[in-house]
Amino acid sequence: MFRTIGLMLLFLLATLSSSGASEADLRGIVAKFATAKGFSETGAVVHELAATGDPLVERPLAALADGNLYIRKTDSLVVIGKETGETIQLFEPLSNEASGEAAKDDITKIKVNNTLRRVIRDALGTLTLGAKDPAVRIAAADTMFKTPDAANIEPLDTAIASETVASVKALLEQARAASVLVSDRPEADRLAAIALIGARGDRNAVSLLTSVEANASGAVKDAATAAIANINSTLALWDAGQNIWYGISLGSVLLLAAIGLAITFGVMGVINMAHGEMVMLGAYTTFVVQQVIRTSFPGLFDWSLVIALPLAFLVAALVGLAIERGVIRFLYGRPLETLLATWGVSLILQQAVRSIFGPTNQEVGNPSWMSGSFDVGQLAITWNRLWILVFALTVFGVLLYVMKRTPWGLQMRAVTANRRMAASMGIRTPWVDALTFALGSGIAGIAGVALSQIDNVSPNLGRGYIIDSFMVVVFGGVGNLWGTLVGAFSLGIVNKFLEPYAGAVLGKIVVLVLIILFIQKRPRGLFALKGRAVEA
Amino acid sequence: MRGNFSTITKMFSASVVAAGLLMSAPARAADDTIKVGILHSLSGTMAISETTLKDAMLMLIDEQNAKGGLLGKKLEAVVVDPASNWPLFAEKARELISKDKVAAVFGCWTSVSRKSVLPVFSELDNILFYPVQYEGEESERNVFYTGAAPNQQAIPAVDYLMGEDGGSVKRWVLEGTDYVYPRTTNKILEAYLKSKGVAAEDIMVNYTPFGFSDWQTEVSAIKKFGSAGKKTAVVSTVNGDANVPFYKELGNQGIKAEDIPVMAFSVGEEELAGLDTAPLVGHLAAWNYFESVDTPENKKFIANWHKFIKNNKRTTNDPMEAHYIGFNMWVKAVEKAGTTDPDKVIDAMIGVSVPNLTGGYATMMPNHHITKPVLIGEIQANGQFETVSRTPGLVMGDEWSDYLPDSKDLISDWRKPLSCGNFNVATGKCGGKGTN
Repeated sequence: MFRTIGLMLLFLLATLSSSGASEADLRGIVAKFATAKGFSETGAVVHELAATGDPLVERPLAALADGNLYIRKTDSLVVIGKETGETIQLFEPLSNEASGEAAKDDITKIKVNNTLRRVIRDALGTLTLGAKDPAVRIAAADTMFKTPDAANIEPLDTAIASETVASVKALLEQARAASVLVSDRPEADRLAAIALIGARGDRNAVSLLTSVEANASGAVKDAATAAIANINSTLALWDAGQNIWYGISLGSVLLLAAIGLAITFGVMGVINMAHGEMVMLGAYTTFVVQQVIRTSFPGLFDWSLVIALPLAFLVAALVGLAIERGVIRFLYGRPLETLLATWGVSLILQQAVRSIFGPTNQEVGNPSWMSGSFDVGQLAITWNRLWILVFALTVFGVLLYVMKRTPWGLQMRAVTANRRMAASMGIRTPWVDALTFALGSGIAGIAGVALSQIDNVSPNLGRGYIIDSFMVVVFGGVGNLWGTLVGAFSLGIVNKFLEPYAGAVLGKIVVLVLIILFIQKRPRGLFALKGRAVEA
Repeated sequence: MRGNFSTITKMFSASVVAAGLLMSAPARAADDTIKVGILHSLSGTMAISETTLKDAMLMLIDEQNAKGGLLGKKLEAVVVDPASNWPLFAEKARELISKDKVAAVFGCWTSVSRKSVLPVFSELDNILFYPVQYEGEESERNVFYTGAAPNQQAIPAVDYLMGEDGGSVKRWVLEGTDYVYPRTTNKILEAYLKSKGVAAEDIMVNYTPFGFSDWQTEVSAIKKFGSAGKKTAVVSTVNGDANVPFYKELGNQGIKAEDIPVMAFSVGEEELAGLDTAPLVGHLAAWNYFESVDTPENKKFIANWHKFIKNNKRTTNDPMEAHYIGFNMWVKAVEKAGTTDPDKVIDAMIGVSVPNLTGGYATMMPNHHITKPVLIGEIQANGQFETVSRTPGLVMGDEWSDYLPDSKDLISDWRKPLSCGNFNVATGKCGGKGTN
């Protein structure tokens, strides 16, 4: 509805006014924002501006979409506002000249809603086709593909003719094809357009073709149906690939959460219910680091996670050390008491964090290199998940090295395998215990840094991971790091393959039942530790 | 409406909290005060939402005392911590009423906690003010529901999306956390959408567990469902804790509000405080109050709140406004009845009208629900909502949904002589059955 009115307006104005409106005319149109009432009138002004085709209108339109266009209350002047602390810096929308500043109460924001934002995006699409930056042209082509319009064909033809980058040109041609499909061009043109869009092969293509299929008849309809079927069969394969990727990604999160527990529970045999709280402490360390960076060194924000890593390790390791020295060392060999005591510790830690930071979620930002996604074929891979996978594997690798190749790792394994013999060989077993527990806790802490990127940073953060962590360690085989790795990834993938069919709730139940059955068959998990150690 | 529990959690938190309370029993007060009970979790999973409400109540009571108290007496708050543990809610409610002899209780958040205290309130005949939007299908003599019923939030929200301003949505994803509030709300919404001519294949319903954090599959399923050539929207009844990862995944997978808007019923200013909202601009929420609403009452309320909590960054939210309304209504009803005796106050409550914070009045209806305006807000980059639509008048809370076959014949009216919470107009008898 909006679009049709807009279109009519667009045609009307295009025929009435010559393309090169003077800046004074443009200023006159921009001034109309001050008197426009409601979203539909504002939308009409947007169309009027867009119809001038003048690249100058890009700035006020973009500002409007971002919610930066204001009306000054004293003289109803339309201005762009940039917030600087308590006051707002004002700029002339077309020339971008500074025009003083104002307090927040002296200006009114011009309201936009989703529909209006879409109208602006469409309008900007046509205007930015000739932009210098290829990324802007790609965005424009993308917008025009999603909102095809017969009126777009001509500007697209011009843009295609002058386009030099092959990849952008292909996108522009697809956008043109989309527009051809909604125009009254001859059937041959439309069939060619369907072939071109069919080759694109993504969900947007399916979306477009579905609406074509619904409205067309004859050969065009048949071609659309065939193209949809074709794309869908390819997409089904990509779906399987997507499930595997999601599974690996979930697996990496499980691995991160469980890897510290693989040390404290797996190697030392301590049922550590406070493990999740170590993860939480790591996440809160990240929050504190980011707070300090935000207030004192804003330029370092992209490095915040790198800075937080050693600190989180240290904080969690120290707390772990304190727990081991203060509670757990008195309880070795008494699993039930350990369980209760560490549970108590977990409640204390949660409530302590709640008292210090408050019960609400804390905002931990994503550095720029962890935001957004990129496409591999039809698969959207988000950066944060990819980095977490890389990080989880790195942590695993380092830990494996420490356990297998360093003297400390050797002592750790010796104490686990036979405490008394290790003690008689001169190893200070209490200190090895304490340091091992600190290591496991510290690793949980750095897991918290990574998990703060994808989850809530709240006092309850650890609760969500404790059950899953135990599940992974028990399933993988207590005392074996490789078991934890394989356990985490297989649980992740099985979960993600079940989810689309069974739903998240049932999927989780099925996984639990499968694990219970598996444990019945192999009580010691996937990779059982062999030798005398098990009897100890 | 929200919540989560495991048996072990319950056991342990109960004992820990009980121990804590023994040490800090409330000081015995003189008889010349009126006691008000506050029953909100201050520890456990629900502390994240409920602690704020406790603080808001303390502020309201402070303000009333500064105005000279009530019936010439000072008000005194009695705060207990039910620790997000549902059976403990009932115990604490009993303690407040029998031991502390409070005149009224303000509290509960999750539906399950409300259900667990209902028998206590009817047995001991006291008053509960429940401040959270909920699934409806209930009306009790001893409870006043100051949050929204489904017709004061969910239905107008869907109407907005169906309209031209909302983008004329034709395809619907109902995404929720797996418990009673989303399930009932989605059941009502499904019936409502179908009555508006939406085909069954254009509705996708999906549930996830509590505290769900891996949204990749769900978000890509939404993307897939949205690529059928029809305008698609998500109606989210996802519980507070799971929202942050949900929105992060939406942002990362590039789902923009202009393409597939998400309309949330459980996401308020508090939930957004833990998020970078720049990628979420334009996603929607339906409430009866937003912090950004520009009225003198609201400005004063926010200023008082910041002063009371000594933090200029703390947000206000919808359930806080509900307590504001509920508390003022109770004060007015007590003044009208001239006593704090719950029996008389319950009768005096009906018809009481007080200003809300959005520039209108809230009136207590005979079904113990109140009138509210419905606001639709879009998320802004600064973590606030901007109102993009508002119902022209006030909407009366409808406790028994007209869209569910089991409850469409039921009404509730607590005025004498009917005095019935579930009167069946078809059979003319009190005691019809709802879905719960």
